[in-house]
Amino acid sequence: MAARTRYAPDRGLTVRMTATMFLLGLVFVAFVAAIIGIGAAYHASSAAIVLFAVILGGGFAVGSLFYSDKIALATAGGREVGPNDGDYARLLHGTVDRLCALADMKKPRVAIAENRLPNAFATGRNADHAVLCVTTGLMDMLTPEELEGVIAHEMSHVAHKDVQVMTAASFLAIIAALLIRIAFYGELFGGGRGRGGNNQNTAIIMFALMAVSIVVYAVSFLLIRMLSRYRELSADRSGALLTGQPSALKSALVKVSTQMNRIPTQDLRAAEPLNAFFFAPAMKLNAKASLSTVFSTHPSLERRLAELDKVQQQLGRTAG
Amino acid sequence: MGFLDTLLGRTKPVQPKLDDLFALPSAAVTLDAGAGFKPTGSGSVCFRPVEGRSFADVQKDVQELLDLSSGKEGGLPVEVTKDSYGFNWLVSSHMSDELEALVTDLHAVNTSLVDNGFGPQLLCTLVAFRDDNERRLGLIYLYKRGTFYPFAPLSGERRDNALELQVKGVIGNDLKFEQDLSRWFPVWGAPGL
Repeated sequence: MAARTRYAPDRGLTVRMTATMFLLGLVFVAFVAAIIGIGAAYHASSAAIVLFAVILGGGFAVGSLFYSDKIALATAGGREVGPNDGDYARLLHGTVDRLCALADMKKPRVAIAENRLPNAFATGRNADHAVLCVTTGLMDMLTPEELEGVIAHEMSHVAHKDVQVMTAASFLAIIAALLIRIAFYGELFGGGRGRGGNNQNTAIIMFALMAVSIVVYAVSFLLIRMLSRYRELSADRSGALLTGQPSALKSALVKVSTQMNRIPTQDLRAAEPLNAFFFAPAMKLNAKASLSTVFSTHPSLERRLAELDKVQQQLGRTAG
Repeated sequence: MGFLDTLLGRTKPVQPKLDDLFALPSAAVTLDAGAGFKPTGSGSVCFRPVEGRSFADVQKDVQELLDLSSGKEGGLPVEVTKDSYGFNWLVSSHMSDELEALVTDLHAVNTSLVDNGFGPQLLCTLVAFRDDNERRLGLIYLYKRGTFYPFAPLSGERRDNALELQVKGVIGNDLKFEQDLSRWFPVWGAPGL
């Protein structure tokens, strides 16, 4: 079928994403095994500590997922707008309406942030609570077709349920980070309160817990960043397939990225926590490209452009 | 979307539903009887053009096909206009009593795009109506949902919601109507309306 070949999924991307998630799962299993191992080896219950960390971490994760739209909007200074709230809002609503009808999606709430930084993000715990926010700087900079490309990218994040997936993926890292802290303070203060011979054991358990947690945190951090980059690439891809205009998205990416590099760092610090949801990260790109690629939430501009070239070829292919 | 698609971050392009469009002519009779709106004979298909030669060729073929069929009956040639959002509108004009022929024309556009693998690019189809007081009404068919909704523009980008809801009351049972009002998006300045 012609339709099927033209919109075929990217197998390479699927394989890499599956591998990343498999590794993340593996780390999770290893983490649990190590904790059980530590508990069993010293006949002591590290279970209480771990349970505490899991509950606290789970609370964090669920809370941030539940309030993700409100938190992100407040941080970015976004304000929800109706279709009749000025020219910006009118263009934005018109574009979102059409893309939603094209993709058969529920329309997200639409917000505008008064900010000269050109950026956009979509967040919310599910499609019913999704909110799409665009800065005025982005709307000033891009043509309507480029803007449409960016919005299609953001709506793909909503369709892919990226907020849920990334929250689930970060859950492990949150717990590991909490355990590091608990074990660290346990090490500091635990010694004095102990009861004789038990003291030594507690210290060893705390140390082992901390060591395992640090390793887990580091590895899962890298894997989560990798997952985030793959999901950006798939959002680019789905967005470009939806609008049928990969070149408009490419030119938007180039414009936004070059602008991001030109703006002084001072302004950008405030925007940094939101980076994972942004269309292009608001951090100055480093000269040391190799290291910054491993740690960054977004793929490099070259990578994104190359992937969009593939979409372009796919769409231009004659049917049959 | 399946669980696996969520995990892998991919979406399948939505294929259009075409068949329900043919319910329009009989609903138009009910609309005339119930609300006094008659078809103007013009209708349009709105789709998102894809960059590249392949899509341009398909669009040219469709246009030639329609021109050929309307030329035989002495009708007007089809017109293609691009709106400010970058969507193309292919407008077909017939006499006001030729609604069947109009729907056939519109369907020809749909099938050409679908046959060439561009089905996901179809946005909506609009058929224009007017009453004796020159009030304008568009019946819009959403391809991805397979549903209709009314759009009644007033001057200055306002909508006549009362009229739209009245229309839903009149022909709501004849056509598959869009029940989710948030999907009744406006198409200001739609060609052919």
